[in-house]
Amino acid sequence: MSDTHAHTVSFVRTETLPEREPPYAASGPVKWMRENLFATPANGLLTLVALYVIYVALSGVLPWIFNGVWNAGSLTECREILDGTRGACFAVLSERWPQLIFGFKYPPEYYWRPTVAFLLLFVAVAPVLFFDLPRKLLAFTAVYPFIAFWLIWGGTVLSPVLAFVGVAGGAMVYQKLVNRSFAAGFFGGIVAAYVIWKIGGFLIPETASDNAMLGAVPSRDLGGFMLNMMLGVTCVTLSVPIGIALALGRQSSMPLIKWICVVFIEFIRGVPLITLLFVASVMLAYFFPPESSVDLFLRVVIMITMFSAAYIAEVIRGGLAALPKGQYEGADSLGLDYAQATRLIILPQALKISIPGIVNIAVGLFKDTTLVSVISMFDILGMIRGPILASTEWNGVYWELLGFAALLFFVVCYGISQYSQWLERRLATDHR
Amino acid sequence: MKKSVFLGALTVAGLAAGAAAAGTLDDVKARGTLNCGVTTGLVGFAAPDANGEWKGFDVSVCRAVAAAVLGDATAVEFVPTTGKTRFTALASGEIDMLARNTTWTFSRDVDLKFTFVGVNYYDGQGFMVPKALGVSSAKELDGATVCVQTGTTTELNLADFFRANNISYDPVPIETNAEGQQQYLAGACDTYTTDASGLAATRATFENPGEHALLPEIISKEPLGPLVRHGDDEWGDVVRWTLNALITAEELGVTSANVNEMASGSTNPEVKRLLGTEGTLGEMLGLDADWAMRAISSQGNYGEIFATTIGEETPIALSRGLNAQWTNGGLIYSPPFR
Amino acid sequence: MTTMTDPPQGSFRLSMLLYDTRYRSMTFQAIALLTLIVAIAYLTNNLLVNLAAQGLNISYGFLADPAGYDIDQRLIEYDNQMSHSRAALVGVLNTLLVAFLACMMATIFGVIAGVLRLSKNWLVSKLMAFYVEIFRNIPVLIWIIIIYTIMTAVLPPPNAFRGDNATSSMLMDMFAFTNRGIYLPAPVWGPGSMVVVAVFIASVFGVFAYRRYAKTLLYSTGQLLPTGWPSLVILLVPTILMYFIMGRPVGLDTPALQGFNFRGGIKVGAPLIALWFALSIYTGAFIAENVRAGIQAVSKGQTEAAGALGLRPGRIMNLVVLPQALRVIIPPLISQYLNITKNSSLAIAVGYMDITGTLGGITLNQTGRAIECVLLLMLFYLTISLSISAIMNVYNNSVKLKER
Repeated sequence: MSDTHAHTVSFVRTETLPEREPPYAASGPVKWMRENLFATPANGLLTLVALYVIYVALSGVLPWIFNGVWNAGSLTECREILDGTRGACFAVLSERWPQLIFGFKYPPEYYWRPTVAFLLLFVAVAPVLFFDLPRKLLAFTAVYPFIAFWLIWGGTVLSPVLAFVGVAGGAMVYQKLVNRSFAAGFFGGIVAAYVIWKIGGFLIPETASDNAMLGAVPSRDLGGFMLNMMLGVTCVTLSVPIGIALALGRQSSMPLIKWICVVFIEFIRGVPLITLLFVASVMLAYFFPPESSVDLFLRVVIMITMFSAAYIAEVIRGGLAALPKGQYEGADSLGLDYAQATRLIILPQALKISIPGIVNIAVGLFKDTTLVSVISMFDILGMIRGPILASTEWNGVYWELLGFAALLFFVVCYGISQYSQWLERRLATDHR
Repeated sequence: MKKSVFLGALTVAGLAAGAAAAGTLDDVKARGTLNCGVTTGLVGFAAPDANGEWKGFDVSVCRAVAAAVLGDATAVEFVPTTGKTRFTALASGEIDMLARNTTWTFSRDVDLKFTFVGVNYYDGQGFMVPKALGVSSAKELDGATVCVQTGTTTELNLADFFRANNISYDPVPIETNAEGQQQYLAGACDTYTTDASGLAATRATFENPGEHALLPEIISKEPLGPLVRHGDDEWGDVVRWTLNALITAEELGVTSANVNEMASGSTNPEVKRLLGTEGTLGEMLGLDADWAMRAISSQGNYGEIFATTIGEETPIALSRGLNAQWTNGGLIYSPPFR
Repeated sequence: MTTMTDPPQGSFRLSMLLYDTRYRSMTFQAIALLTLIVAIAYLTNNLLVNLAAQGLNISYGFLADPAGYDIDQRLIEYDNQMSHSRAALVGVLNTLLVAFLACMMATIFGVIAGVLRLSKNWLVSKLMAFYVEIFRNIPVLIWIIIIYTIMTAVLPPPNAFRGDNATSSMLMDMFAFTNRGIYLPAPVWGPGSMVVVAVFIASVFGVFAYRRYAKTLLYSTGQLLPTGWPSLVILLVPTILMYFIMGRPVGLDTPALQGFNFRGGIKVGAPLIALWFALSIYTGAFIAENVRAGIQAVSKGQTEAAGALGLRPGRIMNLVVLPQALRVIIPPLISQYLNITKNSSLAIAVGYMDITGTLGGITLNQTGRAIECVLLLMLFYLTISLSISAIMNVYNNSVKLKER
């Protein structure tokens, strides 16, 4: 039948037509633009508005950046070089960058020390952030705080060594005793570390710091972006264990402990960080024993740590709450006691869920370290608003300096938040 | 628990050192450095230079005390303080003395319990305006926007002055001198008010100092001086007499250049007592005999300090005025060394 | 039988405090309580010893003393002869003012950016993503200072408006943008203006009544009344009519250059604007993310089902997507409001006289009563936070999915 049909109906084509290119408007960039930029008239209008906004922004900023002056001694010189044209005066950055990064009192001959500590930081945190790396690297992470402390503050090498020995001794005692009972291990470890520090404290001579390999730098001399980094890293690290303890305490069945934790967390979360910094700068000194004096850096670290611990506790509490009840019941049915169940079953899972939240808190906290400039500490913002803008040469160079500070923070915070998103995808073990 | 461990660790590590209880003098000697509170930056009085070295009139007082007590004028740890933190820093023992152009007032002495050991600069509150504004008297400032540092006596004087003259103003509160300078230069306020010396120092850092004028009115008395905590008279005496030694040295013609030959060659008994070649004044203070000599030789006498930091030869160009020796008609007057 | 179920009697040993789970929690709590008491006693003791050594005491008497300083931006009557507590009250109101303004504007920014980020327009969604990332990843303090610097260093001083060859001029002769703030015309309430206001308030109720009527009509008869333009008419026409009938009683007090500054009108100071905008755009970026997450949380099936029912896109958004998305959006939104209130304490960086600037700033500096001031300050913020949390709990309970 088909044959006859083919014969009788002569206008039916027997061979396939060669493929033709899709119409110009339905392929390539034009199609993309039609679909993504000019789908409807309103959409097209929106696109034009957006293009205009981008044009205005770029045409203002780009010439200013590309016309920038990198070598000049003062703003006046910059203006002479620019000769009336618009342009940035980045010379302030090239002249003052050590002050912006390290503060104005950190001895210039020691700049390599925080730099090395900063580079080592990446090695130390890498095994924590990326699970694929060999676990042996964690040993370096454990030693890192002491190395960094020694590099940045200098002084006798004995202090960090002693501190490390104390921690290591405590850890060993903990390992020994933890099989008997968690409480025994925990408190035994602390006692051991304390004893080692006390004994060691007597052994280190008073004058040990005088002729140390690395000259001692008082913490008052720290400043610039280094101060922000140090406050951020130290406080987040310290607040994670405290936050875990608070979160567990808040979930506890013991009413007294629960209420202590609730009151602490809600109190800290209810007040702005700036009031806590006021406490550090004008109040905390009254609460220390009369014969001691704790320097401002340490007081600020204490308050910021308390601050971030309360927030991290809430994140971890969310993680604990998200665990299915079966996990708790399963642990109970295995005959594990509270410490074992928490340590071996509950926390590993709860922490895994909470990591992205903790990273968010860390980013927020790192940004909040700029607040210390309000209590006369010279972090990067304090340096800009204080010594640099007040100096005769650079009076009035706002945008270059503020832009530089903003850029530094953006790079760090954006980097961390990208990591957090990567981690979230990685940890998403449910199949969707 | 964790926190105390952490504190313990840092105590061991030697971060938290020092003591502030009974004898500040003993503490300073034991520590080997003097903790001196200064302003966060006021050129001429206390400001870090491009190398981070603190320089200025108040700084020299700190250094003189360190030279007298510790024998080393560089053994000073400068603690920058704002109007808010300065008194707490001193009261809590974070600093041993405060030399931060602080006005001696009744309430600071009696209510806040601080001992002002003397006056190193007699000042008064003034106003700075751009010449283009066309104002020649503070009384013409009706309705003006005024930049004023918070937490200072100037803030209260300002309110009093405008109320007394029945004129109005808009205050722009600022925290530090640096901020005030930026606000003023940007035109966010019509006039900037603070101590006349501070105005001169600030104006000296401007690109075009000639375009700004100080108004003739001085609306308050601002005796500025170093201060210590109440209740530690021994330490107060050390600071007080170090300052007096600098003043007396100028009166007696002892300078950093001739202090050594004066010590051995002078026949004036007061010079000898001052420089420790006669009598036991240093011992009475709990110091050695050379204390004043070290202070003078490292920093110079009062006149020399004035001349090198804020005097007419410097960009700040303050004349001695009230701060001339009493023998020249000024108010600078030290009790005798006897 | 009773002997079988009775617990072993009289055999309590001290070791049971540690090993018997019935008593162990008691032991731990007793230890915790003891530690807490010792810690508090230790700190209090230190405080008292330190204060005694300085000869200081804790007293709130200073709050009744005259403050002695002036405040530029204030909502209530205040002069420098009034007490420190009055100054603190001015600060409290200023905090609430800036927090309220910033919450409003942050919500507007956040909703616009969040919705546009989901736009099918590639350029617009990328632009919004850029906005969100830029503002989220740079500290709010830097934003406050940047905007404040824009205000003070870029806008012209009042001087520039003066003279014949002024370099700046007022917008429509009503608004002046200066580096000290923005001056707006202020309404002047003449006699009879109360009638106009009363009519306006009545029309607002009228709009609600009309909308309710339209809804009832729709449900009972299926007849759909237009709501858009009739609402507008009800809202505006009677008021405008009454305004002219009463002989235009409401006038405008426009700012004018007089002496050093603009006088008259309403002044919105540069610090307030800097704080307001910086908090708004910063928090707006966070709210945008919340809004986006909320809208994405509504499954696509809901939209498709609504479309299958024949609803128009606008109605799908209003009646189907938004009610469900709001359930996800509002809790984080309220905690963002809380953040704004707390971040408003950064006012101190630009000299805005909020509670941190008055009580925690000048009053603290002038009286030297650091402990008292900081405690009062924390008490204030704590009260605000706890009240907002309480409101949030009430809301969360009311929108919880009713499971039956």
